[in-house]
Amino acid sequence: MRAPLSWLREYVDLPAAVTGRDVAERLIAAGLEVETVERLGSDLTGPLVVGQVLAIEELTEFKKPIRYCRVDVGTANGTGEPQNIICGARNFREGDKVAVILPGGVLPGGFEITARKTYGKVSEGMICSVRELGIGDDHDGILVLPPEHEPGTDAIELLELVDEVLDISVNPDRGYCLSMRGLARETATAFGLPLRDPALLDVPEPNDAGYPAHVEDRTACDRLVVRTVSGLRPEAHAPLWLQRRLQKAGMRPISLAVDVTNYVMLEMGQPLHAYDRARLSGPIGVRRARAGEKLTTLDGAARALDPEDLVITDNSGPVGLAGVMGGADTEIADATEEPLVGQAEGTTEIVLEIAHFDPVSVARTARRHKLSSEAARRFERGVDPQAAAAAGQRAVDLLVLLAGGTADPGVTEVAAPAAARGIVIGADHPDRVAGVAYGRETVVRRLQEIGCDVAGTDELTVTPPSWRPDLTDPNDLAEEVIRLEGYEALPSTLPRPPAGRGLNARQRLHRRVGRALAGAGYVEALNYPFLGPGALDALGLPEGDAWRTTVRLVNPLSDEAPSLRTTLLPGLLDALRRNDGRGSHELALFETGLVFRPTGHEGAAIRLPVTARPTDEEIAALDAALPRQPRRVAAVLAGARERAGWWGAGRPADWADAIEAARTVAREAGVELSVENDQHAPWHPGRCAALYAEVAGEKTLVGHAGELHPRVIKALGLPARACAMEADLDLIAEAASGVPTAPPVSSFPPATQDVALVVDASVPAADVEAALRAGAGDLLESLRLFDVFTGEQLGAGRKSLAYALKFRAADRTLTAEEATAARESAVAAAVERTGAAQRGA
Amino acid sequence: MSAPNKSYDPVEVEALKPDVIERVRNEALAAIAAADSLDALNEVKVAHAGDRSPLALANREIGALPPHAKAAAGKLVGQSRGAVNKALAARREELEAERDERVLVEEAVDVTLPHDRAPAGARHPLTTLAERIEDIFVAMGYEVAEGPEVEAEWFNFDALNIGPDHPTRSTHDTFFVEGGKPGEESGLVLRTQTSPVQIRSMLDREPPVYVICPGRVFRTDELDATHTPVFHQVELLAIDKGLTMADLKGTLDHMVQALFGEGMSTRLRPDYFPFTEPSAEMDMVCFRCRGESVGNPDRPCRTCSSEGWIELGGCGVVNPRVLVACGIDPEVYSGFAFGFGIERMLMFRHNVADMRDMIEGDVRFTRPFGMEI
Repeated sequence: MRAPLSWLREYVDLPAAVTGRDVAERLIAAGLEVETVERLGSDLTGPLVVGQVLAIEELTEFKKPIRYCRVDVGTANGTGEPQNIICGARNFREGDKVAVILPGGVLPGGFEITARKTYGKVSEGMICSVRELGIGDDHDGILVLPPEHEPGTDAIELLELVDEVLDISVNPDRGYCLSMRGLARETATAFGLPLRDPALLDVPEPNDAGYPAHVEDRTACDRLVVRTVSGLRPEAHAPLWLQRRLQKAGMRPISLAVDVTNYVMLEMGQPLHAYDRARLSGPIGVRRARAGEKLTTLDGAARALDPEDLVITDNSGPVGLAGVMGGADTEIADATEEPLVGQAEGTTEIVLEIAHFDPVSVARTARRHKLSSEAARRFERGVDPQAAAAAGQRAVDLLVLLAGGTADPGVTEVAAPAAARGIVIGADHPDRVAGVAYGRETVVRRLQEIGCDVAGTDELTVTPPSWRPDLTDPNDLAEEVIRLEGYEALPSTLPRPPAGRGLNARQRLHRRVGRALAGAGYVEALNYPFLGPGALDALGLPEGDAWRTTVRLVNPLSDEAPSLRTTLLPGLLDALRRNDGRGSHELALFETGLVFRPTGHEGAAIRLPVTARPTDEEIAALDAALPRQPRRVAAVLAGARERAGWWGAGRPADWADAIEAARTVAREAGVELSVENDQHAPWHPGRCAALYAEVAGEKTLVGHAGELHPRVIKALGLPARACAMEADLDLIAEAASGVPTAPPVSSFPPATQDVALVVDASVPAADVEAALRAGAGDLLESLRLFDVFTGEQLGAGRKSLAYALKFRAADRTLTAEEATAARESAVAAAVERTGAAQRGA
Repeated sequence: MSAPNKSYDPVEVEALKPDVIERVRNEALAAIAAADSLDALNEVKVAHAGDRSPLALANREIGALPPHAKAAAGKLVGQSRGAVNKALAARREELEAERDERVLVEEAVDVTLPHDRAPAGARHPLTTLAERIEDIFVAMGYEVAEGPEVEAEWFNFDALNIGPDHPTRSTHDTFFVEGGKPGEESGLVLRTQTSPVQIRSMLDREPPVYVICPGRVFRTDELDATHTPVFHQVELLAIDKGLTMADLKGTLDHMVQALFGEGMSTRLRPDYFPFTEPSAEMDMVCFRCRGESVGNPDRPCRTCSSEGWIELGGCGVVNPRVLVACGIDPEVYSGFAFGFGIERMLMFRHNVADMRDMIEGDVRFTRPFGMEI
């Protein structure tokens, strides 16, 4: 809402020294969002006067036609002689009144006017366009003024070029502030000054002589006022002051009837609609639209109506979308001049519809038709239902005054009785909400200032004014008191929460995992969770893969990505490729985040009440409708894991790094992963590890790691040999071992024995290790694979695994015989379980 | 090796004459002093203190002396050998020190050589900033609460007093999840705020409730320099007996002081949110110019556009209707809540010019944040 300061002053006697900025500061403190204060004409200097074009000499010798005008500027130039002025515009004729700036004047933007020679003539000033005057953007021609103003009149004052305009963003609960009336009330309260309420008008009693109307849906339209004016001069136009107020408020003057309804809407906050009576057939009705009905609105759009749309009708059917926009067929006619008789023709009789509509109904219709209008904006936020009669009267008065019409005595009003809205609060309720002792007297005074009726002593019965439909609850009233007393006056105190327990284990794990991966050289990336079939195809997922069953969005950002992710990899791999494309080639990225897995139990929407706590069963039903949303962790790698440098050769990232990333994650939870060879998209079938952990006593698959499938790498344009890991962090958290038990630390020396075992190449090292551990017995302290060897001497399809076994006893130094016996037992187990042969044996 | 004397010779042995011993000793000492390397010293040792050195030989002759002469000869030879050995040890120590010094010089390296063998990792600044904020409140006794990202509309809207016709409940602002059957409404959305976690926290706990809820939220904005459809919020909720707006103000003041340093404060401006009443917009003093750029064109501040304040987010007293929907008696309990976007805070705290940098996962953007303590 744009509010000119000059207009505000009409309702509040602000001291002359008060500036727009002063008003803005007070309004901001009272809770209005004043976005800007425009200072119109602050750099404008006269003389800028009304001129009358006496004669036009067309100069044709230039590239474009130029006019050399003699302009009467009265005595503004000191001589009384006409000024000679060059003008490039053509939208005026001899006799027209125009705005002329004389030499010595300065136009907005610091444009100084001097008498100067141009197009072979001396131009003594300039005829101004709307844009040059800072009124609007129109630069198609010069501004032609209404004929009634005398040449020489100061146009700065006439056009009200110097003013300040506050641009205020109005919150949805403060509909009344979409009017000068409401803003004036806030200004008056903020300055402690009285308000002249423009809605306090004498209005004739409703009677039966008015234009016939009937309201079918009294809930959606609880008040309808119809007024009529006849005998209007069709050529009458809005006076400059009215046009200027509309312009400053951000609206374009159109025609008198439309300008008047807009003006009254801006003043009172009550939207009105004017119909050309000649184009209206029969009574005005308010009802829901019928299936199949159509309406062409004022914006020229033909709209199919929905049975939920509230419409204004006449005998022909719908003539307007109630509270949103009128229909084109009953539009006020533009005044046209009959060329033979020189007489204007157009609308001479007007029917004014002033109604109060249900905010929700208007909002739904506006949204349904994607049609936002000034009227709809106001109805959605709540219009004062008591203002309709006054607004109608104001519009009638203006039409009579400005177009010589007659107010018809008939006044139609259809009104549903308003419910009483008393709110009971303790007189200290605002004090208890704010934590400030305002006292009863202040509370009552502040509530009265905003228009409430207040009764009672310790317990107050507060009846909010009709223009504040937002005031329904005790806290609404508390807010009014607190904001008027000033939020800045609130003290700063600290509550004392009960002693806390810090982060829980899951939260600690999430942090540890992030730190551990960052410590291991991984950079965290946070990717959007949207994906589409293309991304899943690129991963080479087979039909029916669990990752292909997605939660889909009704309104995705992109049709290519209509689903929520089931895996973190597409986002991370995108980031990997983006980084690679931008010249970073040694890449290790990770992400932790939720993925979304349909449960298959999603049903129709569950609607629960908000008037009491839902039952535990109801809450459980809501939760059951949610997809599963496990937290996962993923890492991707490409390029060098270790760079080459002065220290020697580097090492490319490989499948083992991806597995190690998973182990790094698991280690943070104290979980030992077991690894098995697997074949799983999107991984390389020969370089893919399935990762298992023991969850609640059961060996559970928690993820996969390895090198990506070459086809996936190609499809996604990734660097060769890119590797990836993804695992379920929730499962790993569940597998967490809890409080570790301290092991005994022996101070006796260890005995180390090496063993090399030859096995079939297909035997997993993990199996050999498990066999050795099982066979070695309690004396085994640690075991480490230190070499893997293949070669001709072993035979094709064989490999040699070399282990260092470290034995130690808790209570003695082991003898060589004991260590050897343990080693032999370990080897025996490996031989038995994996078919291993001891090398060199 | 020479054989020991086989016969007893009463005559004085030539090698044991004191002047001879004296000469041999002096020769030895001179040779030791003259040894200029450990190798040379080893040779000197063999020649002058080895088994076949004159003094060793002399020592061997002592046994052949008559008993009365043995003591004097033994003393003479012993003293000489002692002196030689001592000189040897001293010289060895000198030479070893010299050698060590030389080796250390030889082993010197250029320690300015870069050691960037393994590229550095880093956590995302949004994560670490969220943790930083969590830690402030955890230290005060708050719990960290989390919730699902696909959320029931009841949690995201209804329970928060956002009625079915509120404009935000349209595809214009909110991502809706498809229902089980095509065209069917699911009643599920991508949460548009972290506030549903407030509701879950109140349903899960008996008051008092003090929780901080960080998380990812979704709105249907197109990605540009200052908007992203997926972003992070931190939400705080406190429910207890007698909580007031003053407590909200104090909590906010504490947070900005903890995050941005002593002397920081906040300002509340009235605003409207369905889930709080009264509601406020919260600003903090510009941590960079501390308000000194206001009306001071010589010292403009880009962080706050010389306004002196930075807009943080929304807050207010929890609307009693929200308490009722969660089964908390608003006659007994009251509370406050606030929420703000972490991306925005990251932007002004670290001069991030373009929000896209936080989303694209470019390692060049993220790495420098890995080292903030």
